[in-house]
Amino acid sequence: MLKYIVRRIIYSLPVLFGVLLVTFVLARSVPGDPCKSILGEIATAEVCERFMRDKGLDRSIPEQFVIYLNDLAHGDLGVSIRFRRSITQILAERLPMTVELGMSALILACLIGIPLGMISSLRHNSTVDMMTMVGANIGVSMPVFWLGLMLAYVFALLLKDTPLWLPPSGRLSAGVTSVPFYAVWGWYEKSDSVPKFLQFLSNLYIFNALITGNWEVFRDAIKHLILPSVALSTIPMAVIARMTRSSMLQVIQMDYVRTARAKGLHERTVVVRHILRNALLPLVTVIGLQLGVIFSGAILTETIFSLSGVGRSLYEAITARDYPIIQGFTVVIAIGYIVLNLLVDLSYGFLDPRIRIE
Amino acid sequence: MTETNELPEVPQIDFAGRSTSGPWMTALKRLFRQHSGIAGMIILGLLVLTAIFAPVIAPYGPNDVLIGKENVRKRAKPCIHLLGCPADQPQHIMGIDGNVRDEFSRIVFGARISIFIGFITIGLAIVIGTILGTIAGYVGGLTANVIMRTLDVVLAFPFLLLAIAIVAILGPGLMNAMMAIAIVNIPTYARVIRSSVLSVREEEYITAALAIGAGHRRILMQHVLPNAFPPLIVLATLGIGTAILETAGLSFLGLGAQPPDPEWGAMLASERNQVFSAPHLVFFPGLAIMFTVLGFNLLGDGLRDALDPRLRF
Repeated sequence: MLKYIVRRIIYSLPVLFGVLLVTFVLARSVPGDPCKSILGEIATAEVCERFMRDKGLDRSIPEQFVIYLNDLAHGDLGVSIRFRRSITQILAERLPMTVELGMSALILACLIGIPLGMISSLRHNSTVDMMTMVGANIGVSMPVFWLGLMLAYVFALLLKDTPLWLPPSGRLSAGVTSVPFYAVWGWYEKSDSVPKFLQFLSNLYIFNALITGNWEVFRDAIKHLILPSVALSTIPMAVIARMTRSSMLQVIQMDYVRTARAKGLHERTVVVRHILRNALLPLVTVIGLQLGVIFSGAILTETIFSLSGVGRSLYEAITARDYPIIQGFTVVIAIGYIVLNLLVDLSYGFLDPRIRIE
Repeated sequence: MTETNELPEVPQIDFAGRSTSGPWMTALKRLFRQHSGIAGMIILGLLVLTAIFAPVIAPYGPNDVLIGKENVRKRAKPCIHLLGCPADQPQHIMGIDGNVRDEFSRIVFGARISIFIGFITIGLAIVIGTILGTIAGYVGGLTANVIMRTLDVVLAFPFLLLAIAIVAILGPGLMNAMMAIAIVNIPTYARVIRSSVLSVREEEYITAALAIGAGHRRILMQHVLPNAFPPLIVLATLGIGTAILETAGLSFLGLGAQPPDPEWGAMLASERNQVFSAPHLVFFPGLAIMFTVLGFNLLGDGLRDALDPRLRF
């Protein structure tokens, strides 16, 4: 197993290098120069020359790439040209938003998609089955940005002054602040000495509120997360429901399911232990593939709901030609992708002991 | 959706042992038995008719500004006489947009752009994907490795992120957005073609063709590619819907179609800040995108069941 993991990581290295190279070249191919787009009107020739020299942008492209790789190997993702702050710092602030949004959307998609698919397959060809599949087809056809705007219209405007009202933007209401757990517990005296990883964890507002027992922030953060998560989860939910249904329909026809029923097992045991368990394998693959859909959707969802996450930051960085942010964020996303895909592959062995990963 | 336990249609055989209905006819007959396929064809048929007869259906031109022509105001709500709108007011069934143009006419003309986007992007992705996939599958060796690893790199990016980066380089605009979406879709088609080519390459009839002196081009064109076609058609139909959604997403971010093009994603984007005051200007373009994508998805589902039951889910 360990050998397999090491080999997979080694195999991932060329892809990662390719991602680095492509991102680097793509970022520098964006027309226009960063000096003018960032400094605006004050960007005279002199100012720009100094700006380019300070940021190392006056060197040749291959030279810049080597410096970048060297910095990366030392764990330095660079400094944002626009914000003049380290990329790791910006990531610690913005990645939690996207992680929270993506995770909640995926959990929602599984919590609703899998049971719907199960009911559909167990009541095959019934009205419920037909309705679910029509719903799933509509779900995969819906533009995320449209659904997000429509949800905001219904829940923030039409249902205003009702208990169902939900906020249309932001992560927390005005006046509600999330106090980091390390500050609550008095771990650090100076805020700038806090490790980035702890900052990252504390910016997962729901997690932070949960461990510090701050229920006001917890409720408020969840309320703000509902609409973006629902909008983002629709496509994965529809795909997961369809996949669960088809995968279960195949398993239901197996002899061992008939045997399980014939020997008098409770229907719930047959469904959960014999049908669902065996139908999980293709489902996990599909859930893994949905991560890409979720991240792409996050760019749009974060834009609609005014959330400062990684997706929106990346989009803004591309338009502002902030190379270090484009590179830093993309590398982190690509590594995240590779790790998650590895986890999906490893899960096969646990779900089906017949699969021996070599 | 279709039933998984349905028996496949057996081609009719005449006394000489020849099939009287070819595989394509059989597939077409099967397609007409699928509810999803029929529903998809109806939706797409309506869409195509709308696109062709847009100047007849639409009461105004897509960019006709109605200031001075009619007594309407900016972002006016839909006015339908049948639903109680006063007869002295001009009828605008989807309302008026922010530039005082008839929303319905713009949506109708938008059908042309959407069909164009879907077919051109996926067509481009298929052509390039087929060339790369065929080379990777048939030639093998270092070339194949380089192609496949490059495609792996493309797949390691979230598709919208890569598309945004490509459009940022090429410059915003519908054609560039379509190019970007085509590029991010290439790996899918290249992989399917490659796997088909790899399996067909080992078949005995390829050895036989080589033995009788057939050239590589003939083998590829006559034997390899036709066998890789059914899964490709299914994927392409489903892919057209996704491509329309993705291009609309780029337009929504301001990177695709530019004003005054009546592209649905761009129309939605330009009025998105008015969603609370003029929701109809967001609702209708989104609905149009959804129905179009739904049409392609349903037809894709039907085609999959008709052409390649192995892919069914």
